[in-house]
Amino acid sequence: MKNKHVNAIVVGAGAGGGIVAKELAVAGLSVVLFERGGWATYDDHDDDELISQRTTVLGNAFGPDDIRHRRVVANSDGSTRIVLPSEGSYSNNAACVGSGTVSYGAMAWRFMEKDFKMKSTYGHVEGSTLEDWPIDYFDLEPFYEKAEWEIGVSGDHNANPFMAPRKKPYPMPAFTYNREGQLLHDTSKKLGLHPFSIPMLRNSVRNNGRPACYRMRSCVGFACPVNAKCGIHNTVIPIAIKSGNCELRTHCQVAEIMLDEKGRATGVKYFDENNKGQIQTADIVVVAAAAVETARLLLNSKSKLFPNGAGNNNDWVGRNLQGHAYTGAVGLMDYEVYDDVGPGACMAISDFNHDNEGIIGGGALCNEFTAMPYLFSKMRPLGAKNWGLEHKEYQRTMFKRMIRLHGPFQEIPSFEARVTADPEVKDFWGIPVARLSGKRHPYDRTGCEFMSQKAEEILKEAGAAKTWQSIGGGPGISGGQHQAGTARMGNDPKTSVTNKFGQVHEIDNLFVADGSLNVTNGGFNPALTIMALGFYVGDNIVKNWNGTKFK
Amino acid sequence: MNSSRREFIRQLSVACGSIMFVPACSGYDSVWRFFSEAEAKTVIAFAEQIIPRDKDAGASDANVINFIDKQLTGPYTRFQEMYKKGIPAIESSASNILQKAFYELEFGVQTEFMIKMEKGELPEEFWKEVNQRDFFRLMLDHTMQGFYGSPRHGGNKNYVSYKMMKLDYPHVIGQNRYESKCAQNSPSRPPQGEEKELTNAPV
Repeated sequence: MKNKHVNAIVVGAGAGGGIVAKELAVAGLSVVLFERGGWATYDDHDDDELISQRTTVLGNAFGPDDIRHRRVVANSDGSTRIVLPSEGSYSNNAACVGSGTVSYGAMAWRFMEKDFKMKSTYGHVEGSTLEDWPIDYFDLEPFYEKAEWEIGVSGDHNANPFMAPRKKPYPMPAFTYNREGQLLHDTSKKLGLHPFSIPMLRNSVRNNGRPACYRMRSCVGFACPVNAKCGIHNTVIPIAIKSGNCELRTHCQVAEIMLDEKGRATGVKYFDENNKGQIQTADIVVVAAAAVETARLLLNSKSKLFPNGAGNNNDWVGRNLQGHAYTGAVGLMDYEVYDDVGPGACMAISDFNHDNEGIIGGGALCNEFTAMPYLFSKMRPLGAKNWGLEHKEYQRTMFKRMIRLHGPFQEIPSFEARVTADPEVKDFWGIPVARLSGKRHPYDRTGCEFMSQKAEEILKEAGAAKTWQSIGGGPGISGGQHQAGTARMGNDPKTSVTNKFGQVHEIDNLFVADGSLNVTNGGFNPALTIMALGFYVGDNIVKNWNGTKFK
Repeated sequence: MNSSRREFIRQLSVACGSIMFVPACSGYDSVWRFFSEAEAKTVIAFAEQIIPRDKDAGASDANVINFIDKQLTGPYTRFQEMYKKGIPAIESSASNILQKAFYELEFGVQTEFMIKMEKGELPEEFWKEVNQRDFFRLMLDHTMQGFYGSPRHGGNKNYVSYKMMKLDYPHVIGQNRYESKCAQNSPSRPPQGEEKELTNAPV
């Protein structure tokens, strides 16, 4: 049976797509929201470390599966290898309703003003495509506010002096510290720094019909057993469905955006839950499949006017793939500093984000999410024996003495770090898979060394008997859950993929609404920014919708 | 594994055919899904070296072998070949250098052997088909997963590693259930496998 024509198709029910779908549906547009995964619940995998979002050795708790999905990774010597979703270099994002927002750590960062003006702040960086966004912080500010209030954030709006100006406080009070967080707070203060409780997309009090967080150690990487984590799946998607205008189609793999001879999008070809090929037509198409899959979908959507993929006539689709270079330091105390108050991460400083002599960008430093027992078995100072009685003694005594300070360093974008459609390898449905190639800009390492140095100084001051740095930003391709940048927004169609509203250059009714738009990725976890972009792109579509089509 | 249970499983496998134990490799002569009895002995000894019993449980107590065996017929099917080549390489190295099966060596001698293997210093003639350091790292990693992962995958029996790390489980903060007698009968988390109490015997 032929699918009924709708006003809008949204591909991907994650942080960007779920919000766009809700915004359009509530405004009265008929929407089909495609998601390649299904609904995830806590009961599927409970607190099972080996199938979680952080340890995928036995598979991805939130998808995609290893049977049907593949990617190709190009090695530095030009050779390629096929990787499965449960392997680290796949750069996975969760494939389920809500995507990463079901299992994330839920930090709710707004980018800073300078994060939108990286090039005018720091100038040209050799070998980099560092650029300003076509919009600034104040264009996005009202949408950050919407994200904070509609999805739900706990935090103290006065606590971080480096935060960009804002109009409204957070809807919920800040979380209290655990013992490690309190120690790092006190130490940072003593050093003249500015610590604060991390704003979190997690209920500190009962909110929105869901209970307050009860501070499990197994939080990041897992679904919440009491639904206290605020994600796309338990906020905007239920509203979208309730509006009666949005149909959520799960377990559907979108293969291609159909383009007509005038260069407009007419709908998508997809495989339904029974792997049957189907067609869905629509007036507009919004792609929000996360940086790697969004780029892959655009590149796989070829037509006479776009022989190299939708919006790719200038070869910018898939370029500038970024994530975050995680870096920091680890310390061991003489006494137990772990009090089993989850999720671990609760304290941050933003002192090393911008305005540090000689450093481009920077990042926040936070105490870390609680390590799970298996991953902890790999956390050792250099040279420590990792098996035998020595291993056991370390597990037993140091788990509760470990103190950590880490953060996401803002990566300097590289034109050669990219996603392409692989010419040979196909997935289960016969769709060309994403190929990841290139490497990070070498500056990332320099910045990470600076951040790790600062982190170690704080841990020493906190009284750690032994400390060491764990420095990120090595070679290889970035991406991962913070993947961004592959459909950059910009004013010049020659050096970007979409205009400043996420509308693909030359294709008026095709939009992107996820981290792919990010020109640069900030020194913060990007979830709240992707949500804000979802509201921003959705708002523009609704404003320009004339009742039958996009103007 | 006691002999009556082994006998039971053997009868069961004869009755139901080998679908009970996914691959045919282990045949009817083994209680394991993937390993032969002899291979299992090597893996058990190896894992016990990685996590030996001291005042807390070791890899054998946690049933790490059951975890590895189970995963090798599931998500770790791709590692079957490594084990099929690596275990004979351990055994031929041990029998040629030390004139004994690896699992029959004294604990301290096994340790010395494994230190060499980790560094890639066992004679290469026995390791033509698989790299000894790679195989060491693989078994080390799988042992850690079996010991520290969720018991639902066949290891970490009775949550011994969580107990060792003093991590409350079930996770109700401040309620350490391990020492409490009533927790043993808690209906929320039935004990996995045999219910034999672990004795904290010194090494």
